Amino acid sequence: MTDGKYSIEFKNLVKKFGDTTVLDDISFGIHKDKITTVLGFSGAGKTTLMKHILGLAMPTSGEVIVLGTSITKISELELREFRRNFGMVFQYAALFDFLTSFENVAFPLREFTTMNEEEIKVKVMGLLKSVGLAPEAATRLPSELSGGMRKRVGLARGLALDPHIMLYDEPTSGLDPITTHMVYDLMRETQKENVKCGFTSVIISHDIHATLKYSDYIVFMEKGKVVEHLDVESFKKSENPVIRRFLEL
Amino acid sequence: MKQMVEKRIEMLGTDVLNLLQGLGDFTNYTSKTLYWTFKPPYRWKLLFDQIYFMGNKSIFIIFLTSAFTGAVFAFQIYVGMKVINADSFIGPIVTIALAKELAPVLSGLVVAGRCGAAMAAQIGSMKVTEQIDALEVMGINSYQYLAVPRILGAMLSLPLLSGIFLLIGYGGAWLIGTKVILIDEVVFSSKLSDFMNLGMVAEGIIKATVFGYLIGIIGTYQGFTVTGGAEGVGKGTNMAVVWGMITVLVVDFFLTSFLTKIL
Repeated sequence: MTDGKYSIEFKNLVKKFGDTTVLDDISFGIHKDKITTVLGFSGAGKTTLMKHILGLAMPTSGEVIVLGTSITKISELELREFRRNFGMVFQYAALFDFLTSFENVAFPLREFTTMNEEEIKVKVMGLLKSVGLAPEAATRLPSELSGGMRKRVGLARGLALDPHIMLYDEPTSGLDPITTHMVYDLMRETQKENVKCGFTSVIISHDIHATLKYSDYIVFMEKGKVVEHLDVESFKKSENPVIRRFLEL
Repeated sequence: MKQMVEKRIEMLGTDVLNLLQGLGDFTNYTSKTLYWTFKPPYRWKLLFDQIYFMGNKSIFIIFLTSAFTGAVFAFQIYVGMKVINADSFIGPIVTIALAKELAPVLSGLVVAGRCGAAMAAQIGSMKVTEQIDALEVMGINSYQYLAVPRILGAMLSLPLLSGIFLLIGYGGAWLIGTKVILIDEVVFSSKLSDFMNLGMVAEGIIKATVFGYLIGIIGTYQGFTVTGGAEGVGKGTNMAVVWGMITVLVVDFFLTSFLTKIL
């Protein structure tokens, strides 16, 4: 069980694909109510780590404890139920391309709640507004939205079921610098607004500058290992040569 | 020389292993889709959407294919039968051939081309754009949401399309037989009851249902196994059509051998 300090805990997590070790004996905790960014070069194992949080990948050995539940020990059906604790924003938003923005955000509500259409409409329009989208965007298909707008709709969809943990996979890749900061501001606001409900944000990124500005904690990974896990201020002062190299980029 | 032989044996071994791996994956996929077919929630709307897409939207092409198949077949039979002065048998011959073989097989080929490709392309593009991951993260089983309605949709649509094929094909043959070849209308139809029975229609329906299942399972499997980007989707779509059509033709042979014994 977690001691209440962490939302997510990894205990001696090892993941191997054949002879290749992708995650090598990882043990750390992700702080509750905070924004933690997992940083690292490409191929460091960040995405695999995130898949373990969601239970989309199972460890070769070790344990992943999320909100006090060892997700490596529960059945597939229980895991599917458990995933409703998560919201996720994908690298390219992953909106359902056959549904409008409104339908995308309404999708989890229709699947998992007993809300009627009027209640769904109020909730969806509220979510779209909270992520800074005009009502006209609701009727548009993902192909008719800009990259930044798609990310916003993705965030609104992720928030629809009031998750306890929000995961962001490279949320600003492919966006211009201004939109990047808008998306980070939105993530920060979302964290602030939901912190009373025990809300934790985990960001997978390699955008060092935005990370330092918006995160509370940073986990730095290299070659499947956690090199550092520090708060932002301590991270900036880290003497680790790999981190220094990353900071100087 | 020895090195070359060793390399060939190694390549053969790799091919066999890949084949076995592929068969294993396909069997695993088949069992998962079967499991999720009977697990609630039952997605009726998605099923009806698929029946509408595969059934209703295929009617025009089935209409064209069947009308001309029946008409051409009546002509060809007439040419052969006229020699032995048995041209009044055109009606039953064409109808039996349509009921037992042509309707299920040609409908199967049309659906494999039209819908098998669509299944692989839709699911494949959802996979490469992480939409399937998004479903899974929400706790929705992607096999149940995407594969099951398509497989059941194909299983239910294809017998209906095959029935339509039979009726329209018969119409095409009747038109050519009675209006062009000038066989008496009563003779053309009356011989049917002497030679046809319900078992023949049942054979066609059973075949169409099996073909529907195979087209559905192959089309969706190819979609789920897409890797890479647009090129992968194209490859998956192509494989869905090719394997769908080959499977319909090969399985038809074995089904015919089996069904003629029991019906």
